Amino acid sequence: MTVPAELPEALLSEPMVPREYRVVSRRRETHDVVTLGLEPLHGPGSPVRPGQFNMIYAFGIGEVPVSASGDPAAAGPIVHSIRAAGLVTRALCDSHPGTVVGLRGPFGTDWGVDTAVGHDLVIVGGGIGLAPLRPVIYSVLANRERYGRVSVLIGARSPADLLYTSELQSWRSRFDVDVRVTVDVAGGTWRGPVGIVTELIPRALFDPASAIAFVCGPEIMIRFAARSLVDHGLDPANIRVSLERNMKCAIGLCGHCQLGSEFVCRDGPVFTYARVGRLLAIQEV
Amino acid sequence: MGIEPLEVLLRDHPFFRDLDESDIQFIAGCGRNVVFEPGAYLFREGEEADQLFILRHGRVALEIMVPGRGPVVIDTPEEGEVIGFSWLFAPYRWRFDGRALEKVRAVALDGVCLRGKCEDDPKLGYELMKRFASILVRRLQSARLRVIDIYRP
Repeated sequence: MTVPAELPEALLSEPMVPREYRVVSRRRETHDVVTLGLEPLHGPGSPVRPGQFNMIYAFGIGEVPVSASGDPAAAGPIVHSIRAAGLVTRALCDSHPGTVVGLRGPFGTDWGVDTAVGHDLVIVGGGIGLAPLRPVIYSVLANRERYGRVSVLIGARSPADLLYTSELQSWRSRFDVDVRVTVDVAGGTWRGPVGIVTELIPRALFDPASAIAFVCGPEIMIRFAARSLVDHGLDPANIRVSLERNMKCAIGLCGHCQLGSEFVCRDGPVFTYARVGRLLAIQEV
Repeated sequence: MGIEPLEVLLRDHPFFRDLDESDIQFIAGCGRNVVFEPGAYLFREGEEADQLFILRHGRVALEIMVPGRGPVVIDTPEEGEVIGFSWLFAPYRWRFDGRALEKVRAVALDGVCLRGKCEDDPKLGYELMKRFASILVRRLQSARLRVIDIYRP
């Protein structure tokens, strides 16, 4: 992972002050997930590297951390996919083009996609966890020749809960990437696998001695996916996980997101499993 | 292209990996090649369960018909896996429907024949039981994780 060498000037001076951004696009992905495109009202936006997050503020309601989910190479709006889970996220999902929101960031470590050049890649996403991984997939596919075998393993509760379905079809049509999708529950018309995402890992082709994995999803899914990858021979240092805890200040001051000695907002959200795997199994933290 | 002997098909299948050649020969005596077109049923709920399917190609939906909802898929074994454990335990009836999602090629092993061989050769029987148990434990763990809904933030 890469720690920002230089924080944007505005962040260094006023990291707790949100800038105004306008919603310029809104796309419904599933019944509870919406993807918003955001552009700053004043001045240029701050580029977000794959894996980093912004704090998005629904004025008068509250602020939530959301990872970037757009193409890092594309000009234009900052893209965030948001699942309606509480008051703030529900307000953000209900916003529409023209709505003004607050935004602080970007914060945290990134996936370090460039440091995975030359390796086989195993990208494992579950539920909304596919959103922070989408920029990784964009980056890798845009520079496909730089990597070894690439497996994208995706899990969701049901076919209706799958994100980015048109892109999934596009990725699956390529011959240079192995995309597998599984769901927990399906009706008779579903022709793909049924089961949890960890069951796809034995079917993926990668060299366990050198492959690098990117894993994102709810913490319980990360635990089981990372364990399965270790069981299949991956070094925990080569498994990168993106965590989400109760980020508040986003700059490592308030401690709300602490995981043991780690501040998820500052030291993460992307960690190696070697660094946080033990902590994930401790109920008290 | 000729049809490969059952012994070769079984030896190449992950379920029988590293099994003694004599055991492979022994088991092959219970088998036959089967092919199912997409949509065809390998077995139906409630019918006599008399076969173990060694999947060589294709994916199968294990499903339950739920009144008002239609078929609900609960698992999808595919190439390299095996399906059908109901032949092992009384009352030897299928608990689910098994439907081919695509063209399925498999070796069907006769359950009565296989049970007989396991009874006659406890060493082989124990080895097979360990392999069945490993699959059943993996499926149990998968079912447990689905119960807790691992995609819920």
